[in-house]
Amino acid sequence: MGYFLKRLGLALLVALVVSVISFGALRISGDIATAIAGEGASSEDIEFTRKQHGLDRPLPIQYLDWLSHALQGDLGTSLYFRVPVAELIGDRLPISLALGCLALIFAVSLAVPLGVVAALKPNSIVDRLALWLAVVGQAMPTFWFALLMIVVFGAWLRWLPISGNESWKNFIMPAIALGYYATPAIMRLTRAGMIEVLGLDYIRTARAMGLRSGTVLFKHALRNAVIPVVSLTAVQFGFMLGGSIVIESIFSLHGAGHLAWISISRSDLPVVQGVVLVLALIYILLTLLADLLNAWLDPRLRIE
Amino acid sequence: MNDISHAPSFGDDDSTIANSPTPRQAAYARARTHIGLLIGGGVLLTMVVMALFAPLLAPHDPYVQDLANRLVDPFWGQKTNPANPFGTDGFGRDYLSRIIYGARVSLFIGAVAMLISGFIGTTMGVLAGYFGGKIDHLVTFLITVRLSMPVVLVALAVVAMSGGSLGVVTVVLGLLLWDRFAVVMRSATQQVRRLEFVTAAEAVGMAWPKILWSEILPNLANHLIVIGTLEMAHAIVLEAALSFLGLGVQPPTPSWGLMVSEAKSYMFFDPWLITIPGVMLFLLLLAINLLGDGVRDVTSPGEIW
Repeated sequence: MGYFLKRLGLALLVALVVSVISFGALRISGDIATAIAGEGASSEDIEFTRKQHGLDRPLPIQYLDWLSHALQGDLGTSLYFRVPVAELIGDRLPISLALGCLALIFAVSLAVPLGVVAALKPNSIVDRLALWLAVVGQAMPTFWFALLMIVVFGAWLRWLPISGNESWKNFIMPAIALGYYATPAIMRLTRAGMIEVLGLDYIRTARAMGLRSGTVLFKHALRNAVIPVVSLTAVQFGFMLGGSIVIESIFSLHGAGHLAWISISRSDLPVVQGVVLVLALIYILLTLLADLLNAWLDPRLRIE
Repeated sequence: MNDISHAPSFGDDDSTIANSPTPRQAAYARARTHIGLLIGGGVLLTMVVMALFAPLLAPHDPYVQDLANRLVDPFWGQKTNPANPFGTDGFGRDYLSRIIYGARVSLFIGAVAMLISGFIGTTMGVLAGYFGGKIDHLVTFLITVRLSMPVVLVALAVVAMSGGSLGVVTVVLGLLLWDRFAVVMRSATQQVRRLEFVTAAEAVGMAWPKILWSEILPNLANHLIVIGTLEMAHAIVLEAALSFLGLGVQPPTPSWGLMVSEAKSYMFFDPWLITIPGVMLFLLLLAINLLGDGVRDVTSPGEIW
């Protein structure tokens, strides 16, 4: 229980500091009053807008104002769409979450079996092949990979739709493009974990007792080897949500990343701030859950 | 493969050895037979030469438009022009020249952003690892905060709001990518800190800045090179993604990411327009990663991953 409270307190503190930094960074780098007043506004207009929206107040006061509203679920109003930011994000987020889940399923179902097979025979051909796959995968820019898939599977072979989010088919290419980037990291960790666990005494004992190798591998070894993979997967899911901005804009999937992208190009600061905050909160929540799950799986972690 | 692997390998071998804690000759021998290291080093060296001597190597001015000469096919296509071996883009600019100048953008941003983030991350990590206690808690907390921020999104927003330029993109990426440096330097310092020569230096009353600088840091050099290559690749791919989304380096600068973005509207009819800059990016990232992996293998033998 003590561990739980400490971990929760830390998560809240992190969330607070993240909100301060993202608020500050965005306010320092752009003038929101100019954005609201619109193009061609005179300097008087801009000053008027600044006063009207309370943007002439000191930054800390503005932050506290924004935070107190945010805590009540009010993230402000979009300058472009003229609707509450929370509503906009609420509409778009499910698409990003679905995309993230699919990408993660793709990554895990490719990376874990490959990692296990590579670990069974270190330095074998399969192992070397997996290593090269990881190296090549990490060098492939996501957006370029996505465009190549569009050209090949969308335009030449005409197997899959290239934009929009009408059907589940629209999610296949984006999920692969987003997911393959996480594959090398998960594969390396699975492999390293499996090699370590397979060398432990209890595995030798299990084998000596005559358990079938499949039982030893999946019931005894893999279960312990995937503990760190669980944390990594949570982290990767968070990265995917952040990275979905690139993929969503390429495939015109109208998720939160796409929303952030068009809002950035329109200087729609309230929306950008809202998306950054929501994505950060999701990441913090995921890592919190992963830590608690790990503490539950492995009691030794609770002591620290 | 072989012809790449021989000639340009010397520079890399030297740098590997200079930072190697293992006997130099052993590391040198390993470096000479490490295919990944040789290929990676060779390709990277080629790209660096290309960037440095771009004005001499490029056959045309990368900015000059020739609208009568738009979308010429590269040399393997049908509608070719011997003056433009990689063809021309939608504005009639020579693609080969833009590719050559593009190496400058990628390498500059990658190297400078890596140096900035390396300085920040190493300072934080070494201090946390050496002193422990409250400083360690603070640094760990800052790392957690940094990891919780969606980096692509924050970088995009900040760069876009302050008007994209090469300098802004570089600094923003440098300020965002220090986390892995800090994490690795922290745990590596914790290990080195326990070794006898550090205790000895403390016992003779050496001041802590000097201990960090002359006793600890030299022993972290291998890790620094490995993380440095990873983060350089990371900065390069992020710059390309930012520019691809139209919110990074601004036209008409020849950035490979921007070139892919500009070629998007032609990609179904002239797919080579996105293929060439994409392949260049891929090769550069692959080379940097291979070099990093190679340095790790050569300096800490035994593990192949």
